[in-house]
Amino acid sequence: MDLTADFFSLFGLPKTFRLNLSELDSRYRDVQAQVHPDRFANASEAERRLSMQWATRANEAYLTLKKPLERAKYLLELADHDLQAENNTAMPADFLMEQMEWREAVMEARAGGDHHELERLYQRLRGDMDGRYGEVGRLLDEAGDYPLATDRVRRLMFLEKLLYEIDDALASLEE
Amino acid sequence: MTRWRRWKNKNMALFQIAEPGESAAPHEHKLAIGIDLGTTNSLVATVRSGIAICLSDDNGRSLLPSVVHYNADGSTEVGHEAQRNQALDPRNTVVSVKRFMGRGRQDIAHVESMPYDFVEAPGMVRLRTQAGIKSPVEISAEILKTLKDRAEAALGGELVGAVITVPAYFDDAQRQATKDAARLAGLNVLRLLNEPTAAAIAYGLDNGAEGVYAVYDLGGGTFDISILKLTKGVFEVMATGGDSALGGDDFDHRIFCWAIETGKLQPLSAQDARLLMMRCREAKEFLSKNPEAPITARLSTGEMVDLKLDVATFAEITRTLVSKTLQPVKKALRDAGLRPDEIKGVVMVGGATRMPQIQKAVGDFFRQEPLTNLDPDKVVALGAATQANLLAGNKTGKDDWLLLDVIPLSLGLETMGGLTEKVIPRNSTIPTARAQEFTTFKDGQTAMAIHVVQGEREMVADCRSLARFELRGIPPMVAGAARIRVTFQVDADGLLSVTAREQTTGVESSITVKPSYGLSDDEIAGMLQDSLAHAKDDAMARALREAQVEAERMIEATEAALAEDAHLLNEAEATRIRNAIAKLQEAAAGDNRRIINIAMDDLGFETQEFAHRRMDQSIKKVLSGRKVDDIRVGEEE
Repeated sequence: MDLTADFFSLFGLPKTFRLNLSELDSRYRDVQAQVHPDRFANASEAERRLSMQWATRANEAYLTLKKPLERAKYLLELADHDLQAENNTAMPADFLMEQMEWREAVMEARAGGDHHELERLYQRLRGDMDGRYGEVGRLLDEAGDYPLATDRVRRLMFLEKLLYEIDDALASLEE
Repeated sequence: MTRWRRWKNKNMALFQIAEPGESAAPHEHKLAIGIDLGTTNSLVATVRSGIAICLSDDNGRSLLPSVVHYNADGSTEVGHEAQRNQALDPRNTVVSVKRFMGRGRQDIAHVESMPYDFVEAPGMVRLRTQAGIKSPVEISAEILKTLKDRAEAALGGELVGAVITVPAYFDDAQRQATKDAARLAGLNVLRLLNEPTAAAIAYGLDNGAEGVYAVYDLGGGTFDISILKLTKGVFEVMATGGDSALGGDDFDHRIFCWAIETGKLQPLSAQDARLLMMRCREAKEFLSKNPEAPITARLSTGEMVDLKLDVATFAEITRTLVSKTLQPVKKALRDAGLRPDEIKGVVMVGGATRMPQIQKAVGDFFRQEPLTNLDPDKVVALGAATQANLLAGNKTGKDDWLLLDVIPLSLGLETMGGLTEKVIPRNSTIPTARAQEFTTFKDGQTAMAIHVVQGEREMVADCRSLARFELRGIPPMVAGAARIRVTFQVDADGLLSVTAREQTTGVESSITVKPSYGLSDDEIAGMLQDSLAHAKDDAMARALREAQVEAERMIEATEAALAEDAHLLNEAEATRIRNAIAKLQEAAAGDNRRIINIAMDDLGFETQEFAHRRMDQSIKKVLSGRKVDDIRVGEEE
């Protein structure tokens, strides 16, 4: 085990999308309990520095594996499938169309101060995304179809952003 | 970074060392303290026979007013003695110095009603006193020194270190200033600990609490809200928020303004203003238990102030302040992804939470009675002492816990058009690191300015500027070809270091900065020199003793590691480490500081690989017995 080990190995977990999240939680805490700087407050300088690096790595690993989108992106990265998120934004027209409709609905509800409608949009989108993550899980863990998984993950990147915007709109109405 | 750390070690606390080369007994109880360096009052606590207690002065008082009075001859009074000079000599009596830590003059509220002679200085404001120009770091160090002396007298020995608490919402500059003050006071800082987290430790361990708790901490000058998840042995901060310039002082100030208006008072002299402010503070405290408080004072003009303030009026004139605390509460809850009714308990911390309108507002918001069973003045110091005891290595098997804290404010860089690019978002668990790549925008560009900021706003101008530096020596290339990787590392104290590196060609430039609001090495060295000159001590002798102490500490740590894990080394490696220890012991017995430092560097080099293997072993151990195959694939969220 060294600092370059992948995030799954760091916690002794299988490289799968469908991860047992409570197991992830408990292993993260177990590892952090060993490497955290609080364990080395009185140690030599070399050990203190190493402890900071390991604890930093454990936090990064946990953050990545905890969120489904980040976990999926990380699995694709490990399989050498580049998402090219920044320089290849072309998406199918029907998907983009659908996105525009979502965004219009959110903007309208926000402008009208319609808390109830925003809540409804949020729940609907969450349901839609749950289904899509299920598909990503099958593609990555069972079919091993990385090209198709890449396409699905790129769509989910749009949807996560949209979800964040709805959440933001809800918060701004509450204030 | 290395240079900085090395320097710091040389200036850490002095320990009693019997004879260089003699290790301390392995299970000896180490003396460690927790210090709550507050705006209004400060405290020191320790763990004795397994119980955290606050240490008192000779008169049995545990609260030390955070007041420092400077005399013309350079001597100082701290605490109650200094407080007596408040109204007589306000210009040379500094109260609430915490409000100035890591702050420029323009950042400080109500400067106009303060009696000090402020001096503008790069980064942090200074105060001109009759004993010379003092930085807030030096003034805070006086308070810390007083508490350190109190602890050493009570515990009868030298301290291995201290945990110093800071408001969770303190930014990097304020944290750095606090750490500098502790170093200046000769304390070895085991950790900077967030105040609400310290309170949660004291509360959680006492009550065996499990679940999600909110800590509402309104001190003299700062407000924090932290949302923590307490599970068996783990304190995990989910989100934190606050206002580092909002506290009980502001309530005093509202009463003060009300008194001037209601009493139709003429502009006050510095002395009269301080006198009236003290009466207003007393009235505030009186109103926590009484329906009405008198405010009476005889001014130097002969004018009499004779007013009565009732609870309802007090609540009315401070309503905006109370609601100002609820904004960060809402934001922290949202960041944690929780609703108010999902909070199991609300722990109240800080003397200002005694105000009835605060308790009512918090109770109404969370729809439950806030928890006030711990003394809100002492709970932070007690938690800090408990954590210091753990960090010093005094834990017994069952008293063990893990603390996972976060940074309160996002860290970022200035990009084109004065916009902020966030590199590390707020509420990231620390320690944490994040790298971002940038490129050149002109052909042949060989330098790049890097501006590090902290805050949530989009425009750089609205965030706090932490550091500016220039990365030079970029090989000339066409625009956009260079790849400059800027890495932010935040350590367990919440302190940032930034490294920049150009990595397309073999040439790598790298620079590490310490945020500009902290003091430079030279400034600290100068202050140490000054304080030593005053104490008629010998700076060289002190530096030598500190090097010897650090050597001793290093030998002790290495021997403990060898005793546990010598099996991880082959014979040649073990011999090299033992030789390096022997050389360091020999060096520490002599009086050449340079030779001690070289021997320490050598031992550090020889133990690097050993440290790696020990870390690897401990991770494998904790994961063993749980094979990969055993894990049942669970349901996706």
